[in-house]
Amino acid sequence: MLLFMRRYGIWLAAVIVCVVLPYIFTSRLSLTLFCQMGIALIFALSYNMLLGQGGMLSFGHAVFYGIGGFLAMHALNKISGGTLPLPIELLPLVGGLGGLAAGIVFGWLSTERSGTTFALISLGIGELIAASALMLPSFFGGEEGISANRMVQTTLTGFRFGKQIEVYFLIAFWAIVSAALMYLHTKTPLGRVANAVRDNPERAAFIGYNTRAVRTLQFSLSAFFAGIAGGLFAINYEIITAETVGALASGSVLMMTYVGGVGHFFGPILGAILVTFMQVSLAGITHAWLLYFGLLFVGMVLWAPTGMAGIIMMHEPVWKAGLMKRLLPSYLLIALPSLVMFVGVMILVEINYHLSLSINPEAALQLFGIRFKAQSPVAWSTAILLAAIGFVFFRAAKRKVSRSWDEVTQTMKGGAV
Amino acid sequence: MSTPALKLAGVRKNFGSSQIINGVDLEVSRAERHAIIGPNGAGKSTLFNLISGFYQVSAGYIELGGHIISGLPPHRINRLGLSRSFQVTNIFPKMSVFENIRCALLWSMGYRYSFWHFCDRLKRVNEKTEQILEMIHLADRRHIPAAMLAYAEQRALEIGITIAGDTNVILLDEPTAGMSLSETERAVELIHKVTQDKTLVIVEHDMSVVFNLADRISVLVYGEIVATDTPDNIRQNQEVQEAYLGKEIA
Repeated sequence: MLLFMRRYGIWLAAVIVCVVLPYIFTSRLSLTLFCQMGIALIFALSYNMLLGQGGMLSFGHAVFYGIGGFLAMHALNKISGGTLPLPIELLPLVGGLGGLAAGIVFGWLSTERSGTTFALISLGIGELIAASALMLPSFFGGEEGISANRMVQTTLTGFRFGKQIEVYFLIAFWAIVSAALMYLHTKTPLGRVANAVRDNPERAAFIGYNTRAVRTLQFSLSAFFAGIAGGLFAINYEIITAETVGALASGSVLMMTYVGGVGHFFGPILGAILVTFMQVSLAGITHAWLLYFGLLFVGMVLWAPTGMAGIIMMHEPVWKAGLMKRLLPSYLLIALPSLVMFVGVMILVEINYHLSLSINPEAALQLFGIRFKAQSPVAWSTAILLAAIGFVFFRAAKRKVSRSWDEVTQTMKGGAV
Repeated sequence: MSTPALKLAGVRKNFGSSQIINGVDLEVSRAERHAIIGPNGAGKSTLFNLISGFYQVSAGYIELGGHIISGLPPHRINRLGLSRSFQVTNIFPKMSVFENIRCALLWSMGYRYSFWHFCDRLKRVNEKTEQILEMIHLADRRHIPAAMLAYAEQRALEIGITIAGDTNVILLDEPTAGMSLSETERAVELIHKVTQDKTLVIVEHDMSVVFNLADRISVLVYGEIVATDTPDNIRQNQEVQEAYLGKEIA
């Protein structure tokens, strides 16, 4: 029983969370959010099969997401037209197989080498598909895209998918199945050899592996899961446009995966959840949300390249050694100046956005319940001062943090103090 | 004599106008331990790169157990039964020691590109991985990322990866370079053990290692083999003394 829980407990917990979640957060907005998170999560995990596992930095992964989505949308139209007897619950598989087929072709084309060559080819293929999306209106639907109605007769379950919650459960089901399959894939010979090819392609050839074949297989399987995410996108939104295959979507999944952390399997899940949450919630609060997201991304790349998952896992041995309480004070110490610095930067950003983008820059703007004019020198100097003070103390606190880390590492190495 | 395990015939290699290998003929018989020595820049590593398919020959051909292998990519040559180590440590740095060895076994044990087996359930593979880890004395370091190993340990892992696939012909490129005296002794012992009944071609600078291990020695000077003979005869060969050994002995 204990072994069972240790091995499958986390998956059981994931299932329970997915089932319970919509009954705790019952608003329509949160349901929409969960659906988006589920789709993003599959997409980001599939991206990490390339980047984290296979060392392939792709700038065009949305191609397979989009192609899967379009194929699924066409299939959905056929289902509702009565010409395709496929239950809608299995529609994501259509997207997946479409992604797989495209993945085999484009994977073979782009995986001769990894590194810069691969990245540039992926960028080129992304542009190619995005450009042809407007040239092939019968498949991509031109400017207005393709739409469909998901309320069809052919279903496996009792669901009619008129209600969003039914769609939610479908997405949750596929998210868990896909995540489980992708996790299991990391345990297979191909999954492990993909790591070997990532680490050292030259040597991988001398243990018998055709590195291009390994990359192509890994790429195709990754495209399969991206296609599943695309198929769910089709069901969720009932409309899909050429934007889905574009560079923006490709960039977005890269950032999600990176922010979450490429070094651990669960990293992209965290990234997808956080970034989707930011996309939805921040966009409602401020027009400058993309800028904040950009700052977060740059900050992560500079100071926490292992991503959220990396930060969490870094603390695992400390937690096990019972030394967290030695780190916490310094963390609290750094949180305060970080917050001050962030508030300063934020005021500056908001003032500038107000001045350049609002309809009436003369009108007062409101932050934290305080109303002030964007032109006011007091606001400017306060913002700059806060940012500067925050920065100075941030740097001091950073030293303190690394000192406590050194101490903790010493303690763990030496056993006892 | 039966077909040689490895045969080079008139092998040449030039990079642009500079000739690195000037027509090398060499036959290594089965289960022989053959050392290639020669001064720096003689082309020893280039020769290894040619045999293992890392470079293409400019002229001549190479046979492995009677099959022509020159022109094939490295992974094909490896599958035909030849593996090599590198002068500069060439391992999978982010993977654990255990995973390094296990990956090196997968192809030869038939699991290839499988994504329908689970590595942890492949009993034979895992047992063999354990055996190799024991043999290279890294069993207690199995969970450590390979990049974190000490230098001599990385060299041992390098040999472990090379022999894991159970190929008949093994090329080792300066396996003891940069090691201390005691580390070298252990390495020689290890090489002896892991190349039992196999064909070994070794490039080495340390003469004690060479005379200790080799059944025959070839001396490579400026891209040509000036002598191939038993260690004793090589030691007494006038030409070799002048070209190479003389400097070291004097």
